[in-house]
Amino acid sequence: MTPSAGTVEEAQQPASTPPAGAATNAGGPGDRHRLRRAKSATSLTPVSGLGLGIALMWFSLLVLIPLTAVLVQASAGGWSAYWDALSSPQTLAALRLTVGTAVLVTAVNVVMGTAIAWVLVRDQFRGKRLLEVVIDIPFALPTIVAGLVLLSLYGPSSPLGVNWANTPVAVFLAFLFVTLPFIVRTVQPVLLELEHEVEEAAASLGANRLTTFRLVILPSLAPAITAGAALSFCRAISEYGSLVLLSGNLPYSTEVASVRIMSSIEGDKLTEAAAVASILLVVALIVIIALDLISRRVARYA
Amino acid sequence: MSIRKLLGVRPVAALSAIAATVLLLTGCVGGAATAPGDEGTTTLHLVGFAVPKEANNAIQKKFADTPEGKGVVWEESYGASGDQSRAVVNGLKADYVNFSLEGDVTRLVKAGLVDENWKSGPTKGIVSDSAVVIVVQKGNPLGIKDWSDLVKPDVKIVTPNPASSGSARWNILAAYQQVIANGGTEADAKEYLTKFFNHVAALPGSGRDATNAFLEGSANVLISYENEAILARQSGEDFDYILPDATLKIENPGAVLKNANPKANAYLDFVLSKAGQEEFVKKGFRPVIADTPIGEVAGANDPAKPFPVPPKLFTISDLGGWDAVNAKFFDEGGLVPEIQKATGRSQ
Repeated sequence: MTPSAGTVEEAQQPASTPPAGAATNAGGPGDRHRLRRAKSATSLTPVSGLGLGIALMWFSLLVLIPLTAVLVQASAGGWSAYWDALSSPQTLAALRLTVGTAVLVTAVNVVMGTAIAWVLVRDQFRGKRLLEVVIDIPFALPTIVAGLVLLSLYGPSSPLGVNWANTPVAVFLAFLFVTLPFIVRTVQPVLLELEHEVEEAAASLGANRLTTFRLVILPSLAPAITAGAALSFCRAISEYGSLVLLSGNLPYSTEVASVRIMSSIEGDKLTEAAAVASILLVVALIVIIALDLISRRVARYA
Repeated sequence: MSIRKLLGVRPVAALSAIAATVLLLTGCVGGAATAPGDEGTTTLHLVGFAVPKEANNAIQKKFADTPEGKGVVWEESYGASGDQSRAVVNGLKADYVNFSLEGDVTRLVKAGLVDENWKSGPTKGIVSDSAVVIVVQKGNPLGIKDWSDLVKPDVKIVTPNPASSGSARWNILAAYQQVIANGGTEADAKEYLTKFFNHVAALPGSGRDATNAFLEGSANVLISYENEAILARQSGEDFDYILPDATLKIENPGAVLKNANPKANAYLDFVLSKAGQEEFVKKGFRPVIADTPIGEVAGANDPAKPFPVPPKLFTISDLGGWDAVNAKFFDEGGLVPEIQKATGRSQ
């Protein structure tokens, strides 16, 4: 097995490692400057300087400054107020439900999203184009409408004979619905780029399909899967709209963090709201970093 | 050399960004400034909760026919009461506000936007009334007549979330206070409310969401507001509603902002006239002016006599006013979170 694995890795190399020239070519017209001034790492060409400036300004206005404002607001009442806000058992229950369900949903998405992307890329079947379009619907549908649709499908008047409304299953379903496209859409283009020859080479070197998938395909897909998983997780923990009708907002049972935040705002307790939000931010950050580490680990096989 | 270029380019980027921002800002300001428009017209800004929009629009139309209301043009914004109130605090332009809860006006008083004496008028700042009602399926299959029937087996209650929707608090308070109005003690009331929460199947985000959840069949009892029930029946929904013998009077405030156009005061006066109140009545609200003519109200249980006065109709001041109520019932450590903790855990 070991020698075979080694050769498979070799065979696969050209596809998964980006062509050596790609990074330097990216500079485009500024290439010569960079080569000349290669010793000074901070030097930028005018064009890329402008690009970086715009990117940073854009990012600051839209993300960094608002996020800082949330953290400032959260710390407005000092540690004790922050701690009071988070030690409410109802808030803790909501956070547990939200994060736990989001993890579960993301795990399901990793499997199902990759599978759907695979089917869309590798298989030819009637209605494929239609399916491609339908995948994105959860993005387009206002989430409150999604809630209504899910309620009529899986609620008390369900044609399927189930009633999951106002149970934790409803939260799971709503998260699944709004996060479905992320992994499909991140994995699909990578899968399209993946060259068949590499798999054929692996097969000709004696790898069975599972080994090929594990050692050739998966490492190439890993960055896309984890990127999609991060998006899916973050989208899930912030979901509010689709749950308004579906989950029943029952404390300790189906109440999610965003509903707790909404309650704090309604009670004019902005510090409390920001405290819960800051926890969600930290959790999101941890998950993104963890996913990145996993991605690097898997990709290292390549 | 490339550093000079770099320096040369950065200011260009900054300048173009500033230029874009200035353009954007002037665009906004320009739009607002040109709004008043022609001579002889006055623009008034109404910010309110969504339910009485149609009533407000009808009142505005009538107001335009009066000498004071001539040439008034409206810019309106409707949404959830609390959200709208916070938006005004955060700078949303308003001359007249119409909210579902007194607290949403109090927020503006605290922000210095509404005069402290806004409640000094004959109706104490209230522009429309309603009552907490029990909505049941068509034909009332469970035979529900009163609050006590709601804690019987098989009853599943849906009521808007008192934590995230301020207006939902009317319902919880009605369920609690009716016990006391019927001669019970505070302990009895708490016991009832605990049983009540044991029967709660869903706490949707708002009154309208709760109605939708009920119509989808999530529960067989909906706690709602009389005007909401009447309006839903006017728009073709098929359910019955019961006005309990002991229930809470809902009071929706309206107020004029300190720096409002004087015409806004004339509008508030008109809202509180019989002609103004008539429009609220048509949409299922109870009038706040005693001898408002009450015609047929489609959607009411008895359209000819739409607003029977329940024998024990109590008000929020019977419970000590909103500040006391919020501290006692809804804030962290209050009665409702405590009961929800007990019932939520046991579910």
